[in-house]
Amino acid sequence: MTGPDGARRPDRAVVRDALGVGIAVGLSGFAFGVTSAGSGLSVWQTCALSLLVFTGASQFALVGALAAGGNPLTAAAGAFFLGVRNAFYGLRLSQLLALPRVLRPFAAQWVIDETTAVALAQTDRRGVRIGFAVTGLTLYVLWNLTTLLGALGAEAIGDTDAWGLDAAGPAVFLALLAPMLKSGTERTVAGCAVLLGLGLLPVLPAGVPVLVAALAAPAVLWAQGMRRGGDGAARERRLPGDAVDPQGGQGPHAQAAEAHDDEDGDQR
Amino acid sequence: MNTWIAIGATAIGCYVVKLAGLLVPAGVLERPVVRRLAALLPVALLAALTAQQTFADGHTLVLDARAAGLAAAAVAVVLRAPFLLVVAAAVVVTAGVRALGG
Repeated sequence: MTGPDGARRPDRAVVRDALGVGIAVGLSGFAFGVTSAGSGLSVWQTCALSLLVFTGASQFALVGALAAGGNPLTAAAGAFFLGVRNAFYGLRLSQLLALPRVLRPFAAQWVIDETTAVALAQTDRRGVRIGFAVTGLTLYVLWNLTTLLGALGAEAIGDTDAWGLDAAGPAVFLALLAPMLKSGTERTVAGCAVLLGLGLLPVLPAGVPVLVAALAAPAVLWAQGMRRGGDGAARERRLPGDAVDPQGGQGPHAQAAEAHDDEDGDQR
Repeated sequence: MNTWIAIGATAIGCYVVKLAGLLVPAGVLERPVVRRLAALLPVALLAALTAQQTFADGHTLVLDARAAGLAAAAVAVVLRAPFLLVVAAAVVVTAGVRALGG
């Protein structure tokens, strides 16, 4: 995919990668539109989510929590915590993109799993910028179009559950989760979170069990720290951006970022 | 109205964290423990959400057609099927099991 010596990739190859990811994932906005409308949100509300939130897992989480009767702020909190990973993508991207400060508020909306994966797979700044922009634009346009079509379609067919569409949400989460389960730590966290999420469901208000389940992450980290006895031997972990492969193992990988020179292009 | 409040809060919160990553100096978020936590947080949330949306019916746990759909999605994930195919597998199998009276 990239030259062994980090040789510059032709623009055409970057655009092709970006379009591949942007189109494949952009089309799944359809699943979101259907799920959201099937959960009782209006077409306007559904489209507002895709336009303004534009980070898939958070959108699915929010409509799921609202459908379960969750308090709006509890539902938003779950969606927000899922979106926190984007801050770490932005951190990495800001070094590679080296955008002028005035452009950053505009680029921010596109800082998500897929744009990060494509951008990090490029070998030079021009490639990173093209990869980010083309993936972001393709995905934004398609995701919003297919959201609208999905929401209209769901309204047209009425009972979405009869069509099995209530299984789309959890399937999306599973597809996002699977590539993250790389080591025992991730699996332990996931297992604890499942137990907490299901075990607390009967006793806590809707939406709250998921937030409590999120505590599995710091709890497992803390338990590991205790076990290691603070010998400082913790291996350097990869960036969170590397943990996400939106193409289920087929998309561009992030190793190329290692080859990237770490010159600080900040324009102050 | 409640729905719009939730949408507004989510939109603002998610945009602010995206922008924060682009604006804050690298040192603030680069501490290993913060990075590890940020990588593990989605794992915990996605696992809990997957389980709940498969087995929850309000405040009770149920085993219905969705479980069969999720099993199909899991098989698709193991076979490294593309994202859309994973979702389609879950939807088709869930609908099929329901049609058969599951």
